[in-house]
Amino acid sequence: MTALGGQTAIVGIGQTDFSKHSGRSELQLACEAVRAAIDEAGLRPSDVDGTVTFTQDANDELALMRSVGIENVRWASRTPFGGGGASGTIEHAAAAVASGAADVVVVYRAFNERSGQRFGQPSTGNRPAGGGWYRRYGLDTPAKMYALWFQRYMHEFALTNADFGRYTVVARKHAATNPNAWFYGRPITLDDHQRSRWIVEPILRLLDCCQESDGGVACIVTSVARAKDLRQPVVTIEAATQGNVINGDVTFNYYNPDLTRFPEAEYTARQLWASTGLTPNDIDVAMIYENFSPVVFYQLEAYGFCGHGEAKDFIAEGNIEIGGKLPVNTNGGLLGEAYIHGVNNILEGVRQVRGTAANQVHGAAHVLCSAGRSAVVLGKGS
Amino acid sequence: MESLGGVSWEGAFWEGVELEKLLLTRCAKCGRLQHPPSPMCPSCGSLDWDAQEVSGRGRIHSWIVSHHPTDGFDESRVVVLVELDEGVRLVSNLRECDPDEVDNDMPVEVMFVDTDGVKTAQFRLTRQQ
Repeated sequence: MTALGGQTAIVGIGQTDFSKHSGRSELQLACEAVRAAIDEAGLRPSDVDGTVTFTQDANDELALMRSVGIENVRWASRTPFGGGGASGTIEHAAAAVASGAADVVVVYRAFNERSGQRFGQPSTGNRPAGGGWYRRYGLDTPAKMYALWFQRYMHEFALTNADFGRYTVVARKHAATNPNAWFYGRPITLDDHQRSRWIVEPILRLLDCCQESDGGVACIVTSVARAKDLRQPVVTIEAATQGNVINGDVTFNYYNPDLTRFPEAEYTARQLWASTGLTPNDIDVAMIYENFSPVVFYQLEAYGFCGHGEAKDFIAEGNIEIGGKLPVNTNGGLLGEAYIHGVNNILEGVRQVRGTAANQVHGAAHVLCSAGRSAVVLGKGS
Repeated sequence: MESLGGVSWEGAFWEGVELEKLLLTRCAKCGRLQHPPSPMCPSCGSLDWDAQEVSGRGRIHSWIVSHHPTDGFDESRVVVLVELDEGVRLVSNLRECDPDEVDNDMPVEVMFVDTDGVKTAQFRLTRQQ
Protein backbone atom coordinates (compact mmCIF):
# COMPACT_ATOMS: atom_id res chain seq x y z
CA MET A 1 0.00 0.00 0.00
CA THR A 2 1.51 3.30 -1.04
CA ALA A 3 -1.20 5.98 -0.68
CA LEU A 4 0.69 7.70 -3.53
CA GLY A 5 3.72 8.43 -1.40
CA GLY A 6 6.34 10.91 -2.46
CA GLN A 7 6.09 10.89 -6.25
CA THR A 8 4.23 14.17 -6.69
CA ALA A 9 4.36 17.72 -5.42
CA ILE A 10 2.32 20.90 -5.12
CA VAL A 11 4.20 23.53 -7.10
CA GLY A 12 1.86 26.50 -7.18
CA ILE A 13 -0.99 28.00 -5.19
CA GLY A 14 -3.39 30.77 -6.07
CA GLN A 15 -6.48 32.41 -4.70
CA THR A 16 -8.83 35.36 -4.94
CA ASP A 17 -9.70 37.64 -2.07
CA PHE A 18 -12.03 36.00 0.47
CA SER A 19 -15.19 38.04 0.99
CA LYS A 20 -18.91 37.98 1.68
CA HIS A 21 -19.79 39.52 -1.68
CA SER A 22 -17.31 38.98 -4.49
CA GLY A 23 -19.31 40.98 -7.00
CA ARG A 24 -18.27 38.64 -9.81
CA SER A 25 -19.20 35.26 -11.22
CA GLU A 26 -18.04 31.96 -9.77
CA LEU A 27 -16.35 31.20 -13.11
CA GLN A 28 -14.36 34.40 -12.87
CA LEU A 29 -13.28 33.49 -9.34
CA ALA A 30 -12.14 30.07 -10.62
CA CYS A 31 -10.21 31.66 -13.50
CA GLU A 32 -8.49 34.16 -11.23
CA ALA A 33 -7.43 31.47 -8.75
CA VAL A 34 -6.27 29.01 -11.41
CA ARG A 35 -4.28 31.62 -13.33
CA ALA A 36 -2.66 32.82 -10.11
CA ALA A 37 -1.60 29.28 -9.24
CA ILE A 38 -0.16 28.66 -12.72
CA ASP A 39 1.77 31.94 -12.62
CA GLU A 40 3.05 31.28 -9.11
CA ALA A 41 4.42 27.91 -10.24
CA GLY A 42 6.23 29.52 -13.16
CA LEU A 43 4.19 27.51 -15.66
CA ARG A 44 2.03 28.51 -18.62
CA PRO A 45 -1.66 27.68 -19.01
CA SER A 46 -0.78 25.40 -21.90
CA ASP A 47 1.34 23.27 -19.56
CA VAL A 48 -1.79 22.16 -17.71
CA ASP A 49 -3.27 18.90 -18.96
CA GLY A 50 -5.45 17.86 -16.02
CA THR A 51 -8.20 19.32 -13.85
CA VAL A 52 -9.80 18.27 -10.55
CA THR A 53 -12.61 19.96 -8.67
CA PHE A 54 -15.61 19.02 -6.51
CA THR A 55 -18.74 17.38 -7.89
CA GLN A 56 -20.48 20.34 -6.21
CA ASP A 57 -18.43 22.95 -8.09
CA ALA A 58 -20.47 24.87 -10.66
CA ASN A 59 -17.53 25.72 -12.91
CA ASP A 60 -17.40 23.68 -16.09
CA GLU A 61 -13.95 22.43 -17.06
CA LEU A 62 -14.31 23.49 -20.69
CA ALA A 63 -15.43 26.99 -19.72
CA LEU A 64 -12.40 27.24 -17.46
CA MET A 65 -10.07 26.05 -20.23
CA ARG A 66 -11.24 28.58 -22.80
CA SER A 67 -11.01 31.42 -20.30
CA VAL A 68 -7.60 30.58 -18.84
CA GLY A 69 -6.04 29.30 -22.07
CA ILE A 70 -5.59 25.67 -21.09
CA GLU A 71 -5.35 24.04 -24.51
CA ASN A 72 -5.68 20.30 -23.93
CA VAL A 73 -6.88 18.33 -20.93
CA ARG A 74 -6.52 14.57 -20.76
CA TRP A 75 -7.54 14.15 -17.12
CA ALA A 76 -10.71 15.76 -15.70
CA SER A 77 -12.19 14.37 -12.49
CA ARG A 78 -14.27 15.46 -9.55
CA THR A 79 -14.41 14.42 -5.90
CA PRO A 80 -17.59 13.49 -4.03
CA PHE A 81 -18.80 14.40 -0.51
CA GLY A 82 -18.40 18.18 -0.51
CA GLY A 83 -15.90 19.51 1.99
CA GLY A 84 -15.26 16.05 3.42
CA GLY A 85 -13.66 15.24 0.09
CA ALA A 86 -11.56 18.42 -0.02
CA SER A 87 -8.25 16.61 0.35
CA GLY A 88 -9.45 13.96 -2.09
CA THR A 89 -8.82 16.50 -4.85
CA ILE A 90 -5.11 16.19 -4.11
CA GLU A 91 -5.38 12.39 -4.18
CA HIS A 92 -7.01 12.57 -7.62
CA ALA A 93 -4.35 14.94 -8.93
CA ALA A 94 -1.49 12.90 -7.45
CA ALA A 95 -2.94 9.68 -8.87
CA ALA A 96 -3.22 11.23 -12.31
CA VAL A 97 0.38 12.42 -12.27
CA ALA A 98 1.84 9.28 -10.66
CA SER A 99 0.14 7.07 -13.23
CA GLY A 100 1.20 9.18 -16.19
CA ALA A 101 -2.37 10.05 -17.07
CA ALA A 102 -1.48 13.74 -16.81
CA ASP A 103 1.65 15.82 -16.28
CA VAL A 104 0.33 19.02 -14.69
CA VAL A 105 -3.00 19.00 -12.87
CA VAL A 106 -4.80 22.05 -11.54
CA VAL A 107 -7.10 21.61 -8.53
CA TYR A 108 -9.70 24.35 -8.13
CA ARG A 109 -12.72 25.26 -6.02
CA ALA A 110 -14.58 28.55 -6.44
CA PHE A 111 -18.01 29.74 -5.33
CA ASN A 112 -20.12 32.59 -4.07
CA GLU A 113 -21.21 30.65 -1.03
CA ARG A 114 -22.26 33.76 0.89
CA SER A 115 -23.64 36.12 -1.75
CA GLY A 116 -25.08 33.25 -3.80
CA GLN A 117 -26.48 29.96 -2.57
CA ARG A 118 -25.70 29.61 1.13
CA PHE A 119 -25.03 26.14 2.52
CA GLY A 120 -26.11 27.08 6.02
CA GLN A 121 -29.70 27.88 5.11
CA PRO A 122 -32.50 25.31 5.39
CA SER A 123 -32.47 22.93 2.46
CA THR A 124 -35.45 23.00 0.17
CA GLY A 125 -35.58 19.24 -0.08
CA ASN A 126 -33.79 16.11 0.96
CA ARG A 127 -30.89 15.16 -1.19
CA PRO A 128 -31.72 11.89 -2.92
CA ALA A 129 -29.77 9.62 -0.57
CA GLY A 130 -31.51 11.20 2.41
CA GLY A 131 -34.94 9.98 1.42
CA GLY A 132 -37.64 11.21 3.76
CA TRP A 133 -35.85 10.20 6.93
CA TYR A 134 -34.67 13.54 8.29
CA ARG A 135 -36.09 16.83 7.10
CA ARG A 136 -39.66 16.12 8.16
CA TYR A 137 -38.41 15.75 11.76
CA GLY A 138 -36.69 19.14 11.72
CA LEU A 139 -33.19 18.30 10.44
CA ASP A 140 -33.16 20.97 7.77
CA THR A 141 -29.73 22.63 8.11
CA PRO A 142 -26.19 21.22 8.22
CA ALA A 143 -25.81 22.57 11.77
CA LYS A 144 -28.77 20.49 12.99
CA MET A 145 -27.77 17.42 11.00
CA TYR A 146 -24.24 17.39 12.42
CA ALA A 147 -25.30 18.36 15.94
CA LEU A 148 -27.29 15.14 16.36
CA TRP A 149 -24.00 13.29 15.89
CA PHE A 150 -22.01 15.61 18.22
CA GLN A 151 -24.49 15.44 21.09
CA ARG A 152 -23.63 11.84 21.92
CA TYR A 153 -19.93 12.79 22.09
CA MET A 154 -20.75 15.63 24.49
CA HIS A 155 -22.80 13.27 26.62
CA GLU A 156 -20.22 10.47 26.78
CA PHE A 157 -17.31 12.75 27.66
CA ALA A 158 -19.23 15.36 29.69
CA LEU A 159 -18.47 18.31 27.42
CA THR A 160 -20.32 21.59 27.42
CA ASN A 161 -20.56 24.06 24.59
CA ALA A 162 -17.82 26.12 26.27
CA ASP A 163 -15.39 23.28 25.54
CA PHE A 164 -16.08 23.72 21.83
CA GLY A 165 -15.65 27.45 22.31
CA ARG A 166 -12.05 26.95 23.37
CA TYR A 167 -11.33 25.74 19.84
CA THR A 168 -13.01 28.77 18.32
CA VAL A 169 -10.97 31.12 20.47
CA VAL A 170 -7.77 29.57 19.08
CA ALA A 171 -9.03 29.69 15.48
CA ARG A 172 -9.90 33.35 15.85
CA LYS A 173 -6.56 34.05 17.53
CA HIS A 174 -4.77 32.61 14.51
CA ALA A 175 -7.04 34.45 12.09
CA ALA A 176 -6.41 37.71 13.94
CA THR A 177 -2.77 37.72 12.82
CA ASN A 178 -3.38 36.41 9.29
CA PRO A 179 -4.00 39.31 6.86
CA ASN A 180 -5.61 36.82 4.46
CA ALA A 181 -8.34 36.01 6.99
CA TRP A 182 -11.81 37.53 7.04
CA PHE A 183 -11.46 37.85 10.81
CA TYR A 184 -8.00 39.47 10.62
CA GLY A 185 -7.54 41.70 13.63
CA ARG A 186 -10.67 40.41 15.33
CA PRO A 187 -9.86 37.87 18.06
CA ILE A 188 -12.56 36.74 20.48
CA THR A 189 -12.72 35.64 24.10
CA LEU A 190 -14.53 32.62 25.48
CA ASP A 191 -17.12 35.05 26.86
CA ASP A 192 -17.73 36.35 23.34
CA HIS A 193 -18.28 32.76 22.24
CA GLN A 194 -20.65 32.04 25.09
CA ARG A 195 -22.65 35.18 24.36
CA SER A 196 -23.16 34.25 20.70
CA ARG A 197 -26.64 32.91 19.98
CA TRP A 198 -27.63 29.30 19.92
CA ILE A 199 -27.82 27.78 16.47
CA VAL A 200 -28.61 24.26 17.72
CA GLU A 201 -29.31 24.09 21.43
CA PRO A 202 -27.44 22.81 23.43
CA ILE A 203 -24.69 21.90 20.99
CA LEU A 204 -23.67 24.70 18.64
CA ARG A 205 -23.59 28.47 19.00
CA LEU A 206 -23.06 30.87 16.13
CA LEU A 207 -19.31 30.99 16.77
CA ASP A 208 -19.03 27.20 16.47
CA CYS A 209 -20.07 27.42 12.82
CA CYS A 210 -17.75 28.03 9.90
CA GLN A 211 -18.11 31.15 7.83
CA GLU A 212 -19.97 31.39 4.59
CA SER A 213 -17.60 32.93 2.07
CA ASP A 214 -17.13 33.99 -1.53
CA GLY A 215 -13.83 33.14 -3.16
CA GLY A 216 -11.73 30.82 -5.26
CA VAL A 217 -8.59 28.79 -4.59
CA ALA A 218 -6.39 26.60 -6.77
CA CYS A 219 -3.17 24.62 -6.66
CA ILE A 220 -0.96 22.85 -9.18
CA VAL A 221 0.25 19.25 -8.85
CA THR A 222 3.04 17.72 -10.91
CA SER A 223 5.87 15.20 -10.49
CA VAL A 224 8.63 15.75 -7.95
CA ALA A 225 11.15 15.57 -10.79
CA ARG A 226 9.49 18.42 -12.64
CA ALA A 227 8.87 20.36 -9.42
CA LYS A 228 12.63 20.70 -8.90
CA ASP A 229 12.91 22.78 -12.07
CA LEU A 230 10.12 25.17 -11.12
CA ARG A 231 10.00 28.41 -9.20
CA GLN A 232 8.79 27.43 -5.71
CA PRO A 233 10.29 25.31 -2.94
CA VAL A 234 9.20 21.70 -3.49
CA VAL A 235 6.26 20.61 -1.32
CA THR A 236 5.84 16.87 -1.70
CA ILE A 237 2.60 14.95 -1.38
CA GLU A 238 3.86 12.31 1.05
CA ALA A 239 0.52 10.53 1.14
CA ALA A 240 -3.02 11.18 -0.05
CA THR A 241 -6.13 9.12 0.54
CA GLN A 242 -9.85 9.06 1.09
CA GLY A 243 -11.70 7.39 3.96
CA ASN A 244 -15.18 6.13 3.25
CA VAL A 245 -16.74 3.51 5.49
CA ILE A 246 -19.89 1.40 5.15
CA ASN A 247 -22.96 2.83 6.91
CA GLY A 248 -21.37 6.26 7.00
CA ASP A 249 -23.07 9.38 5.72
CA VAL A 250 -21.64 12.81 5.00
CA THR A 251 -24.27 14.71 6.97
CA PHE A 252 -26.42 12.05 8.65
CA ASN A 253 -23.62 10.06 10.25
CA TYR A 254 -25.79 8.30 12.81
CA TYR A 255 -25.36 4.61 12.08
CA ASN A 256 -21.80 3.81 13.03
CA PRO A 257 -21.76 1.74 16.22
CA ASP A 258 -20.00 4.41 18.29
CA LEU A 259 -21.02 8.02 17.70
CA THR A 260 -18.13 9.28 19.81
CA ARG A 261 -15.83 8.23 16.99
CA PHE A 262 -15.23 9.38 13.42
CA PRO A 263 -14.54 6.06 11.65
CA GLU A 264 -13.86 7.75 8.32
CA ALA A 265 -11.07 9.86 9.80
CA GLU A 266 -9.72 6.82 11.66
CA TYR A 267 -9.54 5.00 8.33
CA THR A 268 -7.64 7.83 6.62
CA ALA A 269 -5.33 8.00 9.63
CA ARG A 270 -4.49 4.29 9.44
CA GLN A 271 -3.65 4.60 5.77
CA LEU A 272 -1.53 7.72 6.17
CA TRP A 273 0.50 6.42 9.09
CA ALA A 274 1.00 3.00 7.48
CA SER A 275 2.07 4.34 4.10
CA THR A 276 4.39 7.10 5.31
CA GLY A 277 5.84 5.45 8.39
CA LEU A 278 5.10 8.69 10.20
CA THR A 279 3.44 8.90 13.61
CA PRO A 280 1.30 11.65 15.12
CA ASN A 281 4.43 12.98 16.83
CA ASP A 282 6.02 13.67 13.42
CA ILE A 283 3.30 16.11 12.36
CA ASP A 284 4.28 19.75 12.86
CA VAL A 285 1.02 21.41 11.81
CA ALA A 286 -2.49 19.98 11.38
CA MET A 287 -4.97 21.67 9.08
CA ILE A 288 -8.31 20.21 10.10
CA TYR A 289 -11.54 20.79 8.19
CA GLU A 290 -14.10 22.26 10.56
CA ASN A 291 -17.51 23.14 9.24
CA PHE A 292 -18.34 23.05 12.96
CA SER A 293 -15.95 23.21 15.90
CA PRO A 294 -16.66 19.67 17.24
CA VAL A 295 -15.22 17.94 14.18
CA VAL A 296 -11.80 19.18 15.25
CA PHE A 297 -12.24 17.19 18.47
CA TYR A 298 -13.17 14.01 16.60
CA GLN A 299 -10.26 14.35 14.19
CA LEU A 300 -7.61 15.11 16.83
CA GLU A 301 -8.61 11.82 18.44
CA ALA A 302 -8.96 9.87 15.18
CA TYR A 303 -5.38 10.67 14.17
CA GLY A 304 -4.06 9.83 17.61
CA PHE A 305 -2.88 13.32 18.52
CA CYS A 306 -4.61 12.68 21.83
CA GLY A 307 -6.62 9.85 23.35
CA HIS A 308 -10.29 9.10 22.81
CA GLY A 309 -12.29 11.69 24.71
CA GLU A 310 -9.20 13.75 25.51
CA ALA A 311 -9.48 16.47 22.85
CA LYS A 312 -11.21 18.74 25.36
CA ASP A 313 -8.16 18.76 27.62
CA PHE A 314 -5.69 18.72 24.72
CA ILE A 315 -7.20 21.93 23.40
CA ALA A 316 -7.69 23.56 26.81
CA GLU A 317 -4.01 22.99 27.62
CA GLY A 318 -2.95 25.13 24.67
CA ASN A 319 -1.52 22.36 22.51
CA ILE A 320 -3.17 23.53 19.28
CA GLU A 321 -1.89 27.11 19.38
CA ILE A 322 1.17 28.47 17.61
CA GLY A 323 4.01 27.39 19.89
CA GLY A 324 2.02 24.44 21.20
CA LYS A 325 2.66 20.74 20.64
CA LEU A 326 0.50 20.60 17.50
CA PRO A 327 -0.53 23.96 16.02
CA VAL A 328 -3.91 23.51 14.33
CA ASN A 329 -5.46 25.66 11.61
CA THR A 330 -2.73 28.26 11.70
CA ASN A 331 -4.60 30.42 9.16
CA GLY A 332 -7.66 30.56 11.40
CA GLY A 333 -9.30 27.63 9.63
CA LEU A 334 -12.74 27.72 8.09
CA LEU A 335 -14.11 29.61 11.10
CA GLY A 336 -11.44 32.29 11.03
CA GLU A 337 -9.92 32.60 7.54
CA ALA A 338 -12.73 31.69 5.14
CA TYR A 339 -14.88 28.79 4.03
CA ILE A 340 -13.62 27.87 0.59
CA HIS A 341 -14.89 24.36 1.20
CA GLY A 342 -11.68 23.31 2.94
CA VAL A 343 -9.29 23.80 0.03
CA ASN A 344 -7.99 27.07 1.49
CA ASN A 345 -6.69 24.95 4.37
CA ILE A 346 -4.58 22.93 1.91
CA LEU A 347 -3.05 26.16 0.60
CA GLU A 348 -2.10 27.05 4.18
CA GLY A 349 -0.49 23.63 4.50
CA VAL A 350 1.65 24.41 1.44
CA ARG A 351 2.66 27.78 2.90
CA GLN A 352 3.66 26.15 6.20
CA VAL A 353 5.96 23.66 4.44
CA ARG A 354 7.46 26.45 2.32
CA GLY A 355 7.98 28.58 5.42
CA THR A 356 5.88 31.48 4.14
CA ALA A 357 2.75 31.37 6.33
CA ALA A 358 1.58 34.47 8.18
CA ASN A 359 1.66 32.44 11.38
CA GLN A 360 4.66 30.34 10.49
CA VAL A 361 5.50 27.29 12.60
CA HIS A 362 9.28 27.19 12.71
CA GLY A 363 10.75 24.27 10.79
CA ALA A 364 7.42 22.74 9.76
CA ALA A 365 8.38 19.65 7.75
CA HIS A 366 5.24 17.48 7.82
CA VAL A 367 1.77 18.98 7.60
CA LEU A 368 -1.48 17.02 7.80
CA CYS A 369 -4.42 18.41 5.83
CA SER A 370 -7.46 16.43 6.94
CA ALA A 371 -10.97 16.90 5.68
CA GLY A 372 -12.31 13.97 7.70
CA ARG A 373 -13.20 11.79 4.72
CA SER A 374 -9.95 12.53 2.92
CA ALA A 375 -6.49 13.65 3.93
CA VAL A 376 -3.00 14.37 2.70
CA VAL A 377 0.37 14.71 4.33
CA LEU A 378 2.58 17.40 2.81
CA GLY A 379 6.34 17.39 3.27
CA LYS A 380 9.52 19.25 2.47
CA GLY A 381 11.13 18.23 -0.82
CA SER A 382 14.84 17.58 -0.92
CA MET B 1 -35.67 -17.44 7.87
CA GLU B 2 -36.19 -17.70 4.12
CA SER B 3 -39.52 -16.30 2.94
CA LEU B 4 -41.21 -15.02 -0.16
CA GLY B 5 -40.35 -11.37 0.37
CA GLY B 6 -42.43 -9.18 -1.87
CA VAL B 7 -42.24 -5.99 0.19
CA SER B 8 -41.09 -2.73 -1.39
CA TRP B 9 -37.87 -1.63 0.27
CA GLU B 10 -38.81 1.98 -0.34
CA GLY B 11 -42.44 1.78 0.72
CA ALA B 12 -42.71 -0.65 3.61
CA PHE B 13 -41.87 1.77 6.42
CA TRP B 14 -44.38 4.39 5.26
CA GLU B 15 -47.11 1.87 4.57
CA GLY B 16 -46.64 0.74 8.16
CA VAL B 17 -46.91 4.28 9.47
CA GLU B 18 -50.24 4.68 7.68
CA LEU B 19 -51.44 1.59 9.59
CA GLU B 20 -49.89 2.92 12.82
CA LYS B 21 -47.35 0.12 12.90
CA LEU B 22 -43.57 0.48 13.08
CA LEU B 23 -42.39 -1.71 10.21
CA LEU B 24 -38.74 -2.15 9.29
CA THR B 25 -37.42 -3.85 6.19
CA ARG B 26 -35.97 -7.29 6.88
CA CYS B 27 -34.01 -9.28 4.32
CA ALA B 28 -36.20 -12.14 3.12
CA LYS B 29 -33.16 -14.36 2.71
CA CYS B 30 -30.94 -13.79 5.74
CA GLY B 31 -33.18 -11.84 8.13
CA ARG B 32 -31.02 -8.74 8.47
CA LEU B 33 -32.93 -5.62 9.57
CA GLN B 34 -31.93 -2.66 7.41
CA HIS B 35 -32.75 0.93 8.30
CA PRO B 36 -32.66 3.24 6.49
CA PRO B 37 -33.67 0.67 3.90
CA SER B 38 -31.65 -0.15 0.80
CA PRO B 39 -32.44 -2.04 -2.40
CA MET B 40 -29.90 -4.81 -1.76
CA CYS B 41 -29.05 -6.62 1.45
CA PRO B 42 -25.39 -5.88 2.23
CA SER B 43 -25.06 -9.16 4.14
CA CYS B 44 -26.23 -11.60 1.46
CA GLY B 45 -26.97 -9.68 -1.75
CA SER B 46 -30.68 -10.46 -1.77
CA LEU B 47 -33.12 -8.06 -3.39
CA ASP B 48 -36.15 -9.51 -1.58
CA TRP B 49 -37.52 -7.86 1.54
CA ASP B 50 -40.09 -8.58 4.22
CA ALA B 51 -41.53 -6.12 6.69
CA GLN B 52 -41.06 -6.82 10.39
CA GLU B 53 -43.18 -5.08 12.97
CA VAL B 54 -40.91 -4.00 15.81
CA SER B 55 -41.69 -3.15 19.40
CA GLY B 56 -41.49 0.62 19.03
CA ARG B 57 -39.52 0.69 22.26
CA GLY B 58 -35.99 2.00 22.55
CA ARG B 59 -33.75 4.62 24.10
CA ILE B 60 -32.64 8.13 23.20
CA HIS B 61 -29.17 7.77 21.77
CA SER B 62 -28.71 11.47 20.99
CA TRP B 63 -30.92 14.54 20.72
CA ILE B 64 -31.06 18.21 19.78
CA VAL B 65 -33.58 21.02 19.87
CA SER B 66 -34.55 22.17 16.37
CA HIS B 67 -35.62 25.82 16.41
CA HIS B 68 -37.57 27.27 13.49
CA PRO B 69 -37.94 24.04 11.55
CA THR B 70 -39.08 24.64 8.01
CA ASP B 71 -41.17 21.57 7.44
CA GLY B 72 -44.17 20.04 9.14
CA PHE B 73 -44.36 22.19 12.27
CA ASP B 74 -43.36 25.74 13.10
CA GLU B 75 -42.66 25.39 16.79
CA SER B 76 -39.34 24.24 18.23
CA ARG B 77 -39.13 20.53 18.77
CA VAL B 78 -36.80 17.86 20.02
CA VAL B 79 -35.13 15.70 17.37
CA VAL B 80 -34.03 12.32 18.67
CA LEU B 81 -31.89 9.52 17.37
CA VAL B 82 -33.65 6.49 18.83
CA GLU B 83 -31.90 3.18 19.31
CA LEU B 84 -34.67 0.64 19.14
CA ASP B 85 -34.57 -2.48 21.31
CA GLU B 86 -34.00 -4.43 18.09
CA GLY B 87 -30.65 -2.64 17.68
CA VAL B 88 -31.65 -0.34 14.83
CA ARG B 89 -31.40 3.45 14.97
CA LEU B 90 -33.84 5.91 13.48
CA VAL B 91 -34.37 9.66 13.54
CA SER B 92 -37.64 11.04 14.83
CA ASN B 93 -39.15 13.59 17.23
CA LEU B 94 -39.77 13.35 20.94
CA ARG B 95 -43.27 14.54 21.86
CA GLU B 96 -44.96 15.41 25.11
CA CYS B 97 -41.66 16.26 26.80
CA ASP B 98 -40.12 19.57 27.82
CA PRO B 99 -36.67 19.98 26.21
CA ASP B 100 -35.23 20.66 29.68
CA GLU B 101 -36.16 17.14 30.74
CA VAL B 102 -34.61 15.23 27.84
CA ASP B 103 -31.56 13.10 28.53
CA ASN B 104 -29.56 10.43 26.78
CA ASP B 105 -30.61 6.80 27.22
CA MET B 106 -34.12 7.64 28.44
CA PRO B 107 -36.59 4.90 27.43
CA VAL B 108 -39.07 5.90 24.74
CA GLU B 109 -41.99 4.34 22.89
CA VAL B 110 -43.46 4.99 19.48
CA MET B 111 -46.62 7.04 18.89
CA PHE B 112 -48.22 8.08 15.64
CA VAL B 113 -48.90 11.73 14.87
CA ASP B 114 -51.07 13.17 12.14
CA THR B 115 -49.92 16.58 10.91
CA ASP B 116 -52.02 18.16 8.18
CA GLY B 117 -52.99 14.73 6.92
CA VAL B 118 -49.43 13.35 6.94
CA LYS B 119 -48.82 10.61 9.48
CA THR B 120 -45.40 10.12 11.08
CA ALA B 121 -43.94 7.74 13.65
CA GLN B 122 -42.75 9.73 16.64
CA PHE B 123 -41.79 8.95 20.22
CA ARG B 124 -42.64 9.83 23.81
CA LEU B 125 -41.02 8.89 27.10
CA THR B 126 -42.10 5.38 28.08
CA ARG B 127 -45.02 5.52 30.49
CA GLN B 128 -44.67 3.70 33.79
CA GLN B 129 -46.14 0.24 33.50
